[in-house]
Amino acid sequence: MEDLKNILAEHQFFNGFNEEYFALIVGCASNVRVDTGKMILREGEQANQFYLIRSGKVSIQLMTPNKGPVIIQTLHEGDILGWSWLVPPFTWHFDAKAIELTRMIALDGKCLRAKCENDHDLGYELLKRFADIMTKRLESTRLQLLDIYGDRS
Amino acid sequence: MKTFIFERSELDRLVETLKRRGYKVIGPILRDSAIIYDELTDTNELSVGWTDEQTNAAYRLKNRNDAAVFGWTVGPQSWKKFLFPPIQKIFATHKSTKGLDLPNSKKQTSEEPTPAKYAFLGVRPCDLNAISIQDKVFLGGSIIDPVYERKRTGNFIITVNCGQAGGTCFCASMGTGPKAIAGFDLSLTEVLNDKHHYFVAEVGTELGGDVLKNVKCIKATDENIATAHEICEKTVKHMGRFLDTSNLKNILYQNSEHSRWERTAARCLTCANCTMVCPTCFCATIEDVTDLAGKQADRMRKWDSCFTLDFSYIHGGSVRASAKARYRQWMTHKLASWVDQFGTSGCVGCGRCITWCPVGIDITEEARAIRESQP
Amino acid sequence: MATDPELLSLKVDYKRNPMLPWPFQIRRVKHETEDTFTVELQPLGALEEFAFQPGQFNMVYVFGVGEIPISISGDPAKPRILVHTTRAVGTVTKAMDKMRRGDILGIRGPYGTPWPVEQAHGLDVVFVAGGIGLAPLRPALYEVVAHREQYGKVVLLYGTRTPSDVLFRQELENWRARFDLEIYVTVDRAMSGWRGNVGVVTNLISRAPFDPRNTIAFVCGPEIMMRFTAMELHKRGVDIEHIFVSMERNMKCAIGLCGHCQFGSYFVCKDGPVFQYGKIKDMLVKWEI
Repeated sequence: MEDLKNILAEHQFFNGFNEEYFALIVGCASNVRVDTGKMILREGEQANQFYLIRSGKVSIQLMTPNKGPVIIQTLHEGDILGWSWLVPPFTWHFDAKAIELTRMIALDGKCLRAKCENDHDLGYELLKRFADIMTKRLESTRLQLLDIYGDRS
Repeated sequence: MKTFIFERSELDRLVETLKRRGYKVIGPILRDSAIIYDELTDTNELSVGWTDEQTNAAYRLKNRNDAAVFGWTVGPQSWKKFLFPPIQKIFATHKSTKGLDLPNSKKQTSEEPTPAKYAFLGVRPCDLNAISIQDKVFLGGSIIDPVYERKRTGNFIITVNCGQAGGTCFCASMGTGPKAIAGFDLSLTEVLNDKHHYFVAEVGTELGGDVLKNVKCIKATDENIATAHEICEKTVKHMGRFLDTSNLKNILYQNSEHSRWERTAARCLTCANCTMVCPTCFCATIEDVTDLAGKQADRMRKWDSCFTLDFSYIHGGSVRASAKARYRQWMTHKLASWVDQFGTSGCVGCGRCITWCPVGIDITEEARAIRESQP
Repeated sequence: MATDPELLSLKVDYKRNPMLPWPFQIRRVKHETEDTFTVELQPLGALEEFAFQPGQFNMVYVFGVGEIPISISGDPAKPRILVHTTRAVGTVTKAMDKMRRGDILGIRGPYGTPWPVEQAHGLDVVFVAGGIGLAPLRPALYEVVAHREQYGKVVLLYGTRTPSDVLFRQELENWRARFDLEIYVTVDRAMSGWRGNVGVVTNLISRAPFDPRNTIAFVCGPEIMMRFTAMELHKRGVDIEHIFVSMERNMKCAIGLCGHCQFGSYFVCKDGPVFQYGKIKDMLVKWEI
């Protein structure tokens, strides 16, 4: 438990997080290791976790009818995978796969949701951090959407 | 500066002298209801006894009730027509089975072997200033334009100071007139009253003095000089327009998002008239034109205008697609960026852009509107 | 064709007419990706080598078709071969795309301001390339790699559309194999199976190993990419005076006389194309300047 708490505290997501909150959430945390090529989560499944990536590389993919799976983002050490646990209907909207051996901390969404309902301050601290990540992701996605590298003639 | 006077009739002799010396004499001629500049084969072609009435989007020639030779201000053309021609061949290349034959300087086909020297008769002080502005553009950088250099070398310039201000003139605001200060070989002021018709001639260069020796002239008296001076002073007081140039560069730089641009753009047809009549506008395009057989390709330089849609085209589209962006570009360049690029304003206050704009947009009014309603 | 004595004895006074191109012969045309190709050229006539600085461009003339500005993408230390990499998107580039070894192109140049590579001596150097933007940066990369000991950390961040659009793959692999260069490639999207990064190139900045307080950055790509990259670099702590971008505008004469390339009061052909970001950042966010 102590190790896990340290690992959590080191992850950039938890910069400035209150000491007491660690105690609250460490109970929802567990260590995860995913081998190269294995799926981490699939579109449509229940989104009961989110992941703090400690090392490795994860691809966010969408299955398309004509071309098969298309990778739209890769995540690395320090990134967060998944926030569908926060919003109903709590299902994943994409696939995620480990393209390298990946180590992550998994945080139990159901468990966290319950704790946040009880302690709104905890909830706010978590949501602030997610809002920051989502904003950055949205900005990046916008640039990808613009397809800036020019038209194919 | 040495000053002389000569009778009106001696003007013909002045032109003859220049012709004898091998100059191509260009002067004001009436053609197509406007006073334009072209080669004078005969001094009878000079546009005598005319004046022009100009205002926004209007130019009308009217008969004078006297025989003034230069009783008008400026027409649609300027001297850039000769120094920076609208269409100019730069070189020709030939494709043969052996490959690509690029010209060597001996076979240069872009110019007559020995181009004639120009003598410009009737250069207004604003236009004289415009020539010196274009000198900076074409000859002042690290790479100069050899065509402009060729055409500009050996010019003989006779300026004629303005005895009346045009309806759209504002040279006084720009410090470019109505009297020429320097840069001419001869500077004339026409004096016409009941008793006399003569020219007060200031000699600007040794060559000017030399040419003048061929004309019957006498030294000007103090009274002659004062008369000429008064004529110009009177012109100053009757300027058609006024432009406040104080801090104008920064005002325009800081107001690129001013709502005025939209308003003016709604009127602007982006027809490019203003850039064609403007004596300082220098934008050009380069076109490669082949013959039908594909064997010869000529590189042509042609006047261009920042008002055309594809002027700023790069892959994917034009940088300045809207009329607003293009009008803003022209006016900001003319009155602001030009100062940073070449050290002076790009505008000489000749008023042509106001007169020849089909919808009568007035650059002085635009500048005033932005200055007075800055946020 | 090339050895015709008439052609080889060209003695044109190029100083007198700056609009006259010099003939170069194509030695090789290489198709890099679906829409991008590289030409390697050799000067003809009395000219033996073509010296240039990284970041400069030439006006490239195709007989009877036209003339366009293209950045030089070769090694400044190898001036006997002139290299240009370009996308085939317009009339002139499409005509070039169909040309073959032995054909002749006209070249005027080199023009423009270079990447200030000497300014980076003793500092970390970050190259950020977007799409075809890698081509104008490559000469600077060559120069830095050739004098590697004069610089601190050297990082290349390269973003492009898809894996099949990645340019100079072999060279990137060779550079990546070195221990003294960090090469990160990312694409906007990829098919499953791509083991590299997916996402915008700005995402790579926060993780790249360089000291922002002692870094010079050279950024080249679509204008919007350069704008966001410069902002992200600055956010990470790089001084705006140490960030350089390469601008592009319509060019006809490339010698500051035709007016087409104006960008505010700058002429991109002679005041640029390389600009210090601090000097132009306010114009980059204005529309239609």
